[in-house]
Amino acid sequence: MIDILQLLIFGIVLGGIIALGAVGVSLLFGILRFAHFAHGDMMTLGAYLAFAFVAGLGWPLLAAFPLAVLLTVGVAVLIDQVLYRRLRRKAPVILLFSSFGVALMLRAIIELVWGPDTVVYDSAIQLPWRIAGLRIKPDHVTIVIGAIVLVTALHLFLQRTRTGKAMRAMADEPDLAQVTGINTERVVIWTWIIGSALAAAAGIFLALDTRLVPLLGWNLLLPVFAAAILGGIGRPYGAIFGGLVIGISTEMSTLAIAPVYKPAVAFTIILIMLIWRPTGLLRGR
Amino acid sequence: MELPGLISFAVFFLTLAGIYGVFSLGLNVQWGYSGQFNLGIAAFWAVGSYTAAILTTAPGGGHLGGFGLPFVVGLAAAVLLSALLAVLIGVVTVNLRTDYLAIGTIGIAEIVRLVLKNEAWLTNGVRGIAGIPRPFADLPGDLPALIYLAIVALAVLVVFVAIERLYRAPWGRVQRALRENEPATQAAGKNVLRFRLEAFVLGAAVMGLGGALYAHFIAFISPEAFDPLITTFVVWVMLIAGGSGNNRGALLGAFVIWGIWSGTGFLTDLLPIEIQTRAGSVRILLIGALLQIILLSRPEGLIPEAGPPTPDDGESTDNSR
Repeated sequence: MIDILQLLIFGIVLGGIIALGAVGVSLLFGILRFAHFAHGDMMTLGAYLAFAFVAGLGWPLLAAFPLAVLLTVGVAVLIDQVLYRRLRRKAPVILLFSSFGVALMLRAIIELVWGPDTVVYDSAIQLPWRIAGLRIKPDHVTIVIGAIVLVTALHLFLQRTRTGKAMRAMADEPDLAQVTGINTERVVIWTWIIGSALAAAAGIFLALDTRLVPLLGWNLLLPVFAAAILGGIGRPYGAIFGGLVIGISTEMSTLAIAPVYKPAVAFTIILIMLIWRPTGLLRGR
Repeated sequence: MELPGLISFAVFFLTLAGIYGVFSLGLNVQWGYSGQFNLGIAAFWAVGSYTAAILTTAPGGGHLGGFGLPFVVGLAAAVLLSALLAVLIGVVTVNLRTDYLAIGTIGIAEIVRLVLKNEAWLTNGVRGIAGIPRPFADLPGDLPALIYLAIVALAVLVVFVAIERLYRAPWGRVQRALRENEPATQAAGKNVLRFRLEAFVLGAAVMGLGGALYAHFIAFISPEAFDPLITTFVVWVMLIAGGSGNNRGALLGAFVIWGIWSGTGFLTDLLPIEIQTRAGSVRILLIGALLQIILLSRPEGLIPEAGPPTPDDGESTDNSR
């Protein structure tokens, strides 16, 4: 029983991280009609930018966090304006392939700048708290609180601001949204801002939980896609729910299968969803 | 018989370009003909390579087998097993549209990589399989390399002629019709799922052949050799650069991109020594930038797909109706 609770805690931490990535993928897929394959490497970029401030300048992670997020957003908007904006008029599949190329280019740049070896934010070993037989790392609490704060901010943005409402409308019904006079270019840019900011945060949290490697974010891409599909494409709230389901089931899977095959769990869920209910559990598109 | 260094390099270059050409042709059947977005090329590559390796190596390598079977048997088995994997995958994914198929196939490539890495009884795990024999390796000097180049050239020729004929055949027309307008093709009474599955399996079989040719050429394979992203990406760039839908373009793309890839090797040798260890990243950056330029300026590739056949192509009876 303690084992299961312990895995549940790990699953919620991982699920929170996946959820932050999945919101962006889901919104981008809903609005621009393509699967953004560079999302994982956006996460990696955010994590390494934070590392640059922490290790290079000796900043505390809390100070590095907002600046790393801001810089990642800048890179994402820049890539959109230079590349994707020109490709949008062509077939969505060209966007998909372009983003696949961007993913590899981002990873190559990260390897060039920071090298292929593993690094960490803080090499001090963190002693877990022991509560009723459960082991809880302080970092885990940081990650979960951080994820809750960001999701709340996202919720307020989507519900209270004009741009947020327009974004939901566009992800839901692009044609209808367009005829109602929504400034689509503006919404697209805001979608990149929100998506990449959450991705950068997810990357930093993941690096805090594990270690920094150039494949950090790529390894999370399939779970992120799985969460977005599970929650229904174009549904940010569904993506959060999907993230938690994927995170928890991935950690729980070690009860039944060898841990080396953990990455296969998300993929299996994707396949089941695509065959059984391609619109997602929460009826997206 | 010893060849001078430059010719020896040319043989090496042409052999690998030919092997990439096989992959590019295989992908052309899936994407160029049928419009199916397979991002799991590395999975079929790996299955082809490992099948050939396990069947043809001498016994006692720490993996399953080796069975010491002839080269041709390994080749045939690689094609069959790759096709079989494609049938299993295809039955599930054939119905998926582009983005989902991309996600699904990339997931399959990941799972294949996990299996290769972790099932040591089958594949010797991360240590890989060494000593994969090249046919006629006993011959003196550079003869085996020349003969192998001839074998690869023959394979390219056979695949090229076969799928070029299919392109012009009714089967190819149905594939193109499906790619351009699925509902209309369905309305014309074509079994959409069957045609899609056939193209997917055929392309995968060709990739399995390429994988086997690669294993015998390199003589050593390991899971690290199949970074699913990079192999898949390079083959895709080859096809897009050459011109998807056009087999000549697919081959040309393989030679041009492989030439650029090799050429950047010379270029990165000129870099300071501390950056040289990261030459792989520089290459990917260059190829990635090249891809973006192609997508922006010439997405149809160097040799675009020709329009519908004119009456001169000997299909006048079809077109005059």
